[in-house]
Amino acid sequence: MTTIAQTAQQSLAINGGESVAYAMRQTDPEVVAAYPITPQTFIIEKFSEYVADGLVNTEYINVESEHAALSACVGASAAGGRAATATSGPGLALMFEILGVTSGMRLPVVMHLCSRALSAPINILCDHSDAMAMRDQGWVMMFGADPQEAYDQALVAHTIAEHAQVKLPFANVLDGFTVTHSVERVDVLPDHAAKAFVGEYEPEVWALQPGGGATFGGLDASDFYFEHKRQQAEAISNALSVAQMQLDAFADVSGRQYSLVETYMLDDADVALIVLGSSEGMVRAAVNDARKDGIRAGMLRVRLYRPFPVEQVRAALGSVRAIGVLDRAISFGAPGNSLFQDMHTATHGMSDRPFSAGFVYGLGGRSTPKQEFRDAIRRVADMLDRESEPDGPVYLGLH
Amino acid sequence: MPEGPVWKQIPEGGIEILPGSTDRIRTGAWRTERPVIDFSKCTHCMICWVDCPDACFEVSEEQLTGVDLHHCKGCGICASVCPAKCIEMIPEASFAEAAQK
Repeated sequence: MTTIAQTAQQSLAINGGESVAYAMRQTDPEVVAAYPITPQTFIIEKFSEYVADGLVNTEYINVESEHAALSACVGASAAGGRAATATSGPGLALMFEILGVTSGMRLPVVMHLCSRALSAPINILCDHSDAMAMRDQGWVMMFGADPQEAYDQALVAHTIAEHAQVKLPFANVLDGFTVTHSVERVDVLPDHAAKAFVGEYEPEVWALQPGGGATFGGLDASDFYFEHKRQQAEAISNALSVAQMQLDAFADVSGRQYSLVETYMLDDADVALIVLGSSEGMVRAAVNDARKDGIRAGMLRVRLYRPFPVEQVRAALGSVRAIGVLDRAISFGAPGNSLFQDMHTATHGMSDRPFSAGFVYGLGGRSTPKQEFRDAIRRVADMLDRESEPDGPVYLGLH
Repeated sequence: MPEGPVWKQIPEGGIEILPGSTDRIRTGAWRTERPVIDFSKCTHCMICWVDCPDACFEVSEEQLTGVDLHHCKGCGICASVCPAKCIEMIPEASFAEAAQK
């Protein structure tokens, strides 16, 4: 059998915003509704060109706000169409009410979230305070690390979201500027292959179904609301196996194999840094330096953040004895920041549970040089010598 | 019928697949006042029918005939907009007292 991986893929020099727009052109959603906001702008500027040039059949809705953008996607999806949007930081904040509406109505809307710090003080640069704010809203969340992954995940997103065992919205989370504005080589599938992979959206029930129709967003009082939330918990749990299955299917056509967690030098590692998104590149470099200094260091990157891949994280950690968890957002007043809490819970009950330390880095786009991550590895290794964990997080690069 | 707990049996996402459920489900129970029409003054202008947010006014052959109290919430918009002043909002308690007598 000749897979598409064996046929020619075109290599483009484009940034992450353009690579997402390229995938959106290939998936050709019935409706795209978005409001421009830095650093998401490349996506909708480029996609608007595709619409203007007649390269897609999409109804592109210029809305007055992000609240309206996601609401329009909800309406389009409930009506039976494939819908997509893109936003960043404060734009996501303005969507907040509709985040739960989308997942609660079980609508597989795809959002490309170009992560940006939440105000105030106003800041247009990257951190994960927006993504962490949406983590409990019932969306499947996948973090990409570069423009290639931004493109690939943008295609896979629909196949996970629309799967019969899932039927939930999907956030393709991409670091603002680092991914969205960085020009890199991106290998793209031929249009026919991308369209064949993503397929048509065929909902079981939709509002404008001829001869029937359905009511979306009706009232649940205390009688069934609890039960519907339980259904969502089941559906997002199903997304674990569905996500890996669809990533595997994507590997068959693209030749690019992804996992729910990605590892680097972890097999024989004593200490590891845990990271989300594009910072993995600098973390790998720090791991290399630590190895040169005789520390058996490694890295674990969590790709699928919601649902959190507990078993995959445990299996990947193997014999790692100490971990440092890198959070790019503060969960104010919490006993630990978001990824730290997830890792702490995921490793709870392991017979040889590793020591763990929390780190906060890169807020508001603060650049974290390699030496900062190298210093984090030193602190993680120190836990092994002291056989104790620090009380609170270390703030890397804080002046 | 699927097996298992209730949450596995009900439609996902609260999506109502049988149209017309609004008619079947009675939602007037939280009303505190009900509109009472004095038909001797009613001109059948239908402004109440137009303005009622719950489509409660019953009409037959272009004549106003009554109010669907299974769905009326007692908001009083009809009494407010009626040009003939023929709709009065009467407290539900008085009907309950009358029923007890």
